[in-house]
Amino acid sequence: MFKWLEKNLPKIVMAPAVGLIGWFVYGFVLWTLYISFTNSKILPKYELWGVGQYVKLWGSRKWLIAVDNLLIFTALFLIFCVVIGIILAIFLDQKIRAEGVLRTIYLYPMALSFIVTGTAWKWILNPTLGIQKMFIDWGFENFTFDWLVNREMAIYTIVIAGVWQSAGFVMALFLAGLRSVEDEIVKAAKIDGANLFTVYWKILLPMMRPVFFTSFVILVHISIKSYDLIVALTQGGPGISTTMPALYMTQTAFHKSQVGLSAASAMMMFMAVAAVIIPYLYSELRRENAR
Amino acid sequence: MFLRWFLYFVLILFALYFIFPLYVMIVTSLKTMEEIRQGTLLTWPSGLNFDSWAVAWGGRGYGAGDTFLKPYFWNSIKMVVPAVFFSTFIGAMTGYVLTKWRFKGDQWVFLFLLFGCFIPFQAILLPMARTLGVLGISNSVIGLVLVHTVYGIPFTTLFFRNYYISVPTELVKAARIDGAGFFKIFFKILLPISAPIIVVTVIWQFTQIWNDFLFGSTFSFGEAAPIQVALNNMVLSSTSVKEYNVDMASAIIAGVPTLIVYVLAGKYFIRGLTSGAVKG
Repeated sequence: MFKWLEKNLPKIVMAPAVGLIGWFVYGFVLWTLYISFTNSKILPKYELWGVGQYVKLWGSRKWLIAVDNLLIFTALFLIFCVVIGIILAIFLDQKIRAEGVLRTIYLYPMALSFIVTGTAWKWILNPTLGIQKMFIDWGFENFTFDWLVNREMAIYTIVIAGVWQSAGFVMALFLAGLRSVEDEIVKAAKIDGANLFTVYWKILLPMMRPVFFTSFVILVHISIKSYDLIVALTQGGPGISTTMPALYMTQTAFHKSQVGLSAASAMMMFMAVAAVIIPYLYSELRRENAR
Repeated sequence: MFLRWFLYFVLILFALYFIFPLYVMIVTSLKTMEEIRQGTLLTWPSGLNFDSWAVAWGGRGYGAGDTFLKPYFWNSIKMVVPAVFFSTFIGAMTGYVLTKWRFKGDQWVFLFLLFGCFIPFQAILLPMARTLGVLGISNSVIGLVLVHTVYGIPFTTLFFRNYYISVPTELVKAARIDGAGFFKIFFKILLPISAPIIVVTVIWQFTQIWNDFLFGSTFSFGEAAPIQVALNNMVLSSTSVKEYNVDMASAIIAGVPTLIVYVLAGKYFIRGLTSGAVKG
C-alpha cells in the first residue's frame, strides 16, 4: 500500500489539476453543447430537440449584426494593432534614447482592465464634453465627433479603444522577435549595400513569420472574446448596433432567459476559437518537438 | 540626421496617444464639475482637489443609492489573494510532475490542460452558474475564488512547466539516488530556484483576476461584487447628473493596483504576457 502510494505520488499530486480541468472545462463544454440541442428556456431541459436553436440563431437579426460587427472589429483591430506594433518595434529598435520609458508607456494599457479603459474612453468620446468640445473650443466650430452615439460609427469607437489597449503588446512581441535575430545577418546585408528599409522589408520582417502568426492568433482570440470593453463603452448600443457574440451570449442567457439559444451561440464562439487555436497548438508542439 | 528626428517625432507622437487617456483621467478626477463644463479635456485643474476621490472611495454619506468603491475593493482583495495562491501552487506542482516525473503520455496531459487557456469562457458560463448554485456559493467571494482558481490552472501550469523544463533533470536524478523523495526534491531543489517564475505567475494571475469582469458580473451582484463590476455599475447608474470627475476617480482607483504592479515589476509582467497572453 505504502509502496503503491510512493510510486504513484506524482500522479496523485497532479490529479486535482487534471480532475478540475476535466470537469470544469471539458465537462462543462460538453454540457453546453448538449443544452444547445435542447429547447431550454429559463431552466435547462434535457430532452433533445435537434438543431432548432442553431436555426433560430442564424435567423436572428441581432446575432447576424453581432457576427457582422465581429468581422469588422477583428479586421480593423488586427490591421491597426499589427501595423502600429511593427512601426513602434522597428523604430524602437534603432538604439533610441529613453527606450525603456517609451516601452513602458506603450504597454501600460495592458495592465488596466477593459472596464477602466472603457470608462475613460467613454468620457473622452462623449460628444457633449469630450473631444468634440475640445476641438470646438480650439476654434474648429463645425467639428463633430459623435461616433459613440451614432449607430453607423459606434463600432469604430470600440476599435479605437481596443487598438489603444493592445497595440503595445504587439510591439513587445515584435521587439522581442527582432532582438532575437543575429546581428551578423543585418551586418552582412548592409555590407552587400542594402539600406535600412530593405533590410527590414526584405530580410527581417519575413523572418518574423512566427511572430505574425502568434500576434494573429492572440488578437483574433481577444476579439472573439470581446465583452468587457463593449459593456463599458456602449452596452451594445446605440440600439443593438455594437452587439458582439460574447455580449449576445450573456444577454440571451441572463436577461432573455433563452438558455438553449445562448448555449448555441456559445458553441459557435467555441468553434470559431477552436478553428484558430488548434492549428496554432499543433504547429507550436511540432516546433517544440523539432527542437 | 533628418531620419533620427523623424523617428523620435513618430515615437513621441505615439507616446502622447497612449498617455492621453491616462492624462485625461487624472486631470478630470481633480476638477470640479463646473471646471469640467468650462474647460476642455486637456485643461489643467485649478488645484489639487481630491473631493471626487473621496466620494468615489467612501461615498457621500447618505443612505440608499450611495454606491462607492471601498467595500468592493476589499471584495476584490479577498478574492484575488486566495485565488492567486491556490492557482499558483497547483500550477507549480503540476508543472513539476510534468517535467521531472515524466510518464508515458505526459505530453497529452499537458495538451489537455493547455487547451483550457484558450476556451472562450462563454462556453462554460451556463453550467458554472448552475454548479455554483448547487454548491450554494453563487453570488459569493468564495464562488469567485473557486472559478478563478480553476480557470487559472492552465496558465499557471504552462508557466511552471515551461520554466522547469529548462532545469537540468540530472539535479533531480542525483537527489533521487541520494534518497530524496517527491516533496523533498520540490521544496529543496526546485522551489529555491523558482523565484522568477513565481513572480511572473503571481503577477499574471493577479492582473487577470483583478481585471476580470465576465465572471464577476455573471456570478455576483450586489454586495459580493468585485471592484470592476462595482465600477461599471457606478458609471452606468446615472440617477442624477453625470459626475465625470467621480467616474474618473473611480476608474483610477480600480486601475491603480495593477498599474503599480506593472510599474514596479514591468519586466516580469511582460514575460508573463508574451508567454501566456492568450486570455482575452
